Amino acid sequence: MFSYYVNLALRSLRRNVVLTALMIAAIGVGIGASMTTLTVFRAMSGDPIPQKSRQLFAVQIGNWDPQLKRALGGDPEGLQPQLTYIDSMALMKAHIAPRQTAMYVTGFALTPSNPELRPFQVQTRATYTDFFPMFQVPFRYGAPWTAADDENHADIVVLSAELNDKVFGGANSVGKTLNLDGHDYRVVGVTQHWSPTPKFYDLNNNQFGKAEEMYVPLTRAIDAQMFSWGNYNCSGDIGDPGWEGRLHSECVWFQFWVELPSAQSAARYRSFLSNYASDLKHAGRFDWLPRTRLRDVREWMDKQQVVTKSARILVLVSFSFLFVCLLNAMGLMLAKIMGRAADIGVRRALGANRYAIFSQCLIEAGVIGLAGGILGLVLTALGLWGLRVVLSEEVGRLTHLSVADVSIAVALSLTTALMAGLYPTWRAAQVQPAWQLKVQ
Amino acid sequence: MLKMTHLSKAYRTEVVETYALRDFSIHVKEGEFVAVTGPSGSGKTTFLTIAGLLEEFTGGEYQLDGANVRGLNDNQRSRLRNEKIGFIFQAFNLIADLNVQDNIDVPLRYRGFNGAERRRRIQDALSRVGLSARARHYPAELSGGQQQRVAIARALAGSPRLLLADEPTGNLDTQMARGVLDLLEELHRDGATIVMVTHDPELALRAQREVHIVDGQVVDLAAQPRAMTTAALGA
Repeated sequence: MFSYYVNLALRSLRRNVVLTALMIAAIGVGIGASMTTLTVFRAMSGDPIPQKSRQLFAVQIGNWDPQLKRALGGDPEGLQPQLTYIDSMALMKAHIAPRQTAMYVTGFALTPSNPELRPFQVQTRATYTDFFPMFQVPFRYGAPWTAADDENHADIVVLSAELNDKVFGGANSVGKTLNLDGHDYRVVGVTQHWSPTPKFYDLNNNQFGKAEEMYVPLTRAIDAQMFSWGNYNCSGDIGDPGWEGRLHSECVWFQFWVELPSAQSAARYRSFLSNYASDLKHAGRFDWLPRTRLRDVREWMDKQQVVTKSARILVLVSFSFLFVCLLNAMGLMLAKIMGRAADIGVRRALGANRYAIFSQCLIEAGVIGLAGGILGLVLTALGLWGLRVVLSEEVGRLTHLSVADVSIAVALSLTTALMAGLYPTWRAAQVQPAWQLKVQ
Repeated sequence: MLKMTHLSKAYRTEVVETYALRDFSIHVKEGEFVAVTGPSGSGKTTFLTIAGLLEEFTGGEYQLDGANVRGLNDNQRSRLRNEKIGFIFQAFNLIADLNVQDNIDVPLRYRGFNGAERRRRIQDALSRVGLSARARHYPAELSGGQQQRVAIARALAGSPRLLLADEPTGNLDTQMARGVLDLLEELHRDGATIVMVTHDPELALRAQREVHIVDGQVVDLAAQPRAMTTAALGA
């Protein structure tokens, strides 16, 4: 009977094209509006590394005077999202976690060997070898550098697929050299395309931006006195002038992540951090006991407010709009179905039970929902295209429809239409055939 | 075939209770052609809708083809209606969206027949009412008489035990009405049980027996000569 009901639904929809178009438009516009915001919201709030998001932890140490920070209206805990060089190196040296990495964003001026290409700047992440397995960076050629390379401050780099395409035309560049800031660096690996959204491992620097184009050992970057291209914050004392002064200041510019595979190891690391902070106070570095925090990826994203309140409100508003569209569609569907009460009466007289009428009308609502979903998808694509045009490239990265988004749109549309059709359908099933036939 | 005993149907509001049928008894035997007559508001159509299981009754008993229908749920009533009863309405009640064969197909779909069986029955029914050539026409393309023939074909297609006709010629001109009546008589001769509601005494004469309803109750005309009864009613 399903195909029969679908056939009847199509005939019914053709009978009143204007009413049908209005119903489909009501659902389509609602779906378009809600899916546009939902797509962006999902991209903003999605788990960028679901397999490991509970095992990767960002470290915070409150090296700034909490009174001062509160007075400035910042984090009420007085915690900065980044660490100093001193603390980063101390944590790396302690090597408590199975994997850990300090890192910061910096950059090189790259002079291509091809004279036809002009020198250009390359945003680079200075980090440790653990970065790659910790964040599951896939490799196209070669491999990450080794821990020995970190210790030896090696002149080596890992390229992103995009940079490798640009400089080496996509060929295997492992073993080749690149002239960076006038110095030769050897390529040890090329990643596959990898750019988690949001860029959870460094939410202070362009959180929805692309991953860096190149990676260099942090030990080498420090030797080369490579400045931070990202967020660099100081409070009060900015340290002595010069590179050494910067390294020994209380200015924060390093992200620090550890991989802790179990709850026990996380608890041990928390305890270690607490003891580390306590030692700092006893050593006289601070007048206060620095707070410490260890947050996994989801907690870190919440804390850093990756999804702003306004984004949440926007989603709420768009779904309220969808609800209004649903009510409109329900009204139109009610008018359409009750306009066919006589036909329903005839069908009942000819042997249709209430379930048969209910099924027929609900399938009609489903067909409308499907059509509304397709229209909604087109409008969503248009809406996202509009966002890409109007907003920055950074936001534009969030505006792509995935298979999951399409599935959600279709499911949402069908659900909306079925909900909108539920009451009219119930009313249709209650049609008293005797009354309908008497009034003919 | 159809037996109602002391049946009543009351419509209740908060302040008043109105009886459309009261102490209503009728027995239609298999193969009979019965005309149910009466003035407007006498309860003819109420009788027909109850007989057709389109409406429930308030009191009494109703047996259809030997089965007591009191207390049946919607599913059971729908199935019984589909299997045992064929309806012919005054306004034809064809579904405008569907062509002739799809209209006839409606009760067969609910019956659960497979495609081949439905096609066979549709062809048989259409050929019986002489409209085989109009299978793909839509109701709006047919004359009133042809539409009523389609309605009769639809009623016949499921091989019902009982045909219920409500003023089957009420919307037709004389010539078309004659054709429809001839068809009903032919069906009766072939063994169909027909109950026809009409307010037209001349039409009632074509039936084998006449049951007259006044104020929701059957007036027994069986004992009186047919011509006299008709004349008396006409007066």
